[in-house]
Amino acid sequence: MRNERTLNTRALTYLLAAGALVALTALAFAVGRYPVSIAEILSLMASKVTGSATTLPPNVETVVMQVRGPRVLAALVVGAALAAAGTAYQGMFRNPLVSPDILGVSTGAALGAVLAIFFSQGILVIQLFAFAGGLAAVGLVYWIGSRLRGHDPLLALVLTGVVIGTLLGSVIALLKYLADPYNQLPAITYWLLGSLAAIAPRDLGAAAPLALAGLAPMLLLRWRMNLLALPDDEARALGVDTRKLRTLVVAAATLMTAAAVAVSGIIGWVGLLIPHAARLLVGPDFGRLLPLAMLLGAAFLLGVDTLCRTVATIEVPPGVLTALIGTPFFLWLFALARRSW
Amino acid sequence: MRLSLFLLIFINGSCIGQTAVTDASGREIRPPAKVERVYAAGPPASLLVFAIAPDKLTGWTRAMRPNEAEFFPQRYANLPELGRLTGRGNTANVEVVLNAKTDLIVDVGSTGPTLASLASQVQEQTRIPYALFDGRIESTPATLRSLGKLMGNAAEAEKLAAWYERELADVRQRLSRAKEHPVVYYGRSASGLQTGGKGSINVEALEVLGARNAAAEARPGLVTVSFEQVLLWNPEVILTTDQNFWSSVWADPRWRAVRAVELKRVYLSPHLPFGWFDFPPGANRLLGLWWAGKLLYPQAFDVELRAKVSEFHRLFYRRVPTAAQLDALLGEPGVLPK
Repeated sequence: MRNERTLNTRALTYLLAAGALVALTALAFAVGRYPVSIAEILSLMASKVTGSATTLPPNVETVVMQVRGPRVLAALVVGAALAAAGTAYQGMFRNPLVSPDILGVSTGAALGAVLAIFFSQGILVIQLFAFAGGLAAVGLVYWIGSRLRGHDPLLALVLTGVVIGTLLGSVIALLKYLADPYNQLPAITYWLLGSLAAIAPRDLGAAAPLALAGLAPMLLLRWRMNLLALPDDEARALGVDTRKLRTLVVAAATLMTAAAVAVSGIIGWVGLLIPHAARLLVGPDFGRLLPLAMLLGAAFLLGVDTLCRTVATIEVPPGVLTALIGTPFFLWLFALARRSW
Repeated sequence: MRLSLFLLIFINGSCIGQTAVTDASGREIRPPAKVERVYAAGPPASLLVFAIAPDKLTGWTRAMRPNEAEFFPQRYANLPELGRLTGRGNTANVEVVLNAKTDLIVDVGSTGPTLASLASQVQEQTRIPYALFDGRIESTPATLRSLGKLMGNAAEAEKLAAWYERELADVRQRLSRAKEHPVVYYGRSASGLQTGGKGSINVEALEVLGARNAAAEARPGLVTVSFEQVLLWNPEVILTTDQNFWSSVWADPRWRAVRAVELKRVYLSPHLPFGWFDFPPGANRLLGLWWAGKLLYPQAFDVELRAKVSEFHRLFYRRVPTAAQLDALLGEPGVLPK
């Protein structure tokens, strides 16, 4: 009886989150600096489905298909990816203060992007460098961390991540110092602030499959993920090779985060606090947590980015709004919940 | 008798050198009797000190790259790198400035209270007079005159200032003949989505040229805008300083919806040895006025750009560019309409 009720409230939570996401997506398509009416969007979609020609002004199609559409979808992908990676890491490291950047993926990506900007490269190269930098940084951390024997493997990994992250951060600082102050320095600063303003359909086409590729193992292994929260020997007693599983989770989370950061720059908060919000709502079981965290992450970043591109003539950096909106929301949820961590 | 007369002239001469000059931040600067070595705190100051008296410049804020050095006489291009002292990010060490046996420190650009207090502080520490001057295009003649007075090169500075004034007057006179003022968007960075709002130093050249800055409603300073906003402004001309942005614009379906791209009126500012349009924000932007003037008002600005470039280089960079250099500057794809 009691179980049935919790099952129902849980289903309701998912439904509400999914409903909010759909409503927000519809809203996000309807608003923007360039005025496009809902009728125009619907008629455009109808023409896309039926393949008939439209009588709409060509700019409407450009805005919806090339500018706003990719940006809305990218916000969903980036938000969901950061939240999923954060959820996996918090479970694996048994630590609620862990975010997706704990193993240096964001700092590595930032160093890659800053290098590309320093050498006056175009957007494509900046994104490739950011993606490769994120993967390389985590690869390095993992390689060193797994060679530090005689310590708790998780502690070794986290500490290596923090130390290498600081090292990469100081290289970024050096490059900022050497960069041309009138031109490159502002470009670097803007990249580090994060933004979805420059998203093109191409970016979405690259980031979405990579994020999905990272998500697949997490979904497939969602039951075993809970065992990672146990001490190694206990998990091993249950027949799980924690080392292998951990490698896989790190690889998957890194792939997702690197793909997201490469197109969006660094956007904080989502990967750290959305998993907590989800845990407050449905508890710590990874299989239940992951879908909700992704729904909330996608909805949250989409909401934030929609504000970023509509409230003023100029863009507002999402990093500013994520904390400004997220913090009260999170505290409210925290006060409301009576659930144990 | 004769000796004392000599002495008198000598003493008088040194007194003339000590006339105090009020700098743009309102601080009274008393230069030493003889100014032989001047440290310029940023690129706009380097440029003016070099133009007035190249032998007094102690070094550049950043060592010249080979493609920049070729525009200057070799011995000046090889001057040492001393770092910048104020503005965004100091890279100079005050001891290096002292070690360079500096008689005078000059900065040209912003003259706000932050920079003024920094200048006072360095002046107290080093006992070297530190003068700040306004770097805006239209203040350049006045800045040249004050700087010349401080450096003891009033005559050389006056020549440059008068020439600069004539050029600005010529630009203004041509502008009065321009009938249509197109909407211009200035796109910076690889994405082209950074721009300057009204009153921003980055778009000063546009404002001097009376062009309608698409982003005028944005706040002054460098800002990021959304692509939809650019499409809404739908500028007729896009000017950029970013080569990557210029070349990516033609194949990008988003940008192709913008009028300027459709009209093929997207232009790339030359950047050697100093940028023409935006940075560094100094006297170098006079060339940007002629260049953008020609692009925005072709009838009114029926000037020979090559001659303008040669003349500016001769006076300010002290070397007339070769025909090949001019070809390279003006022939770079995107600089001028085909």
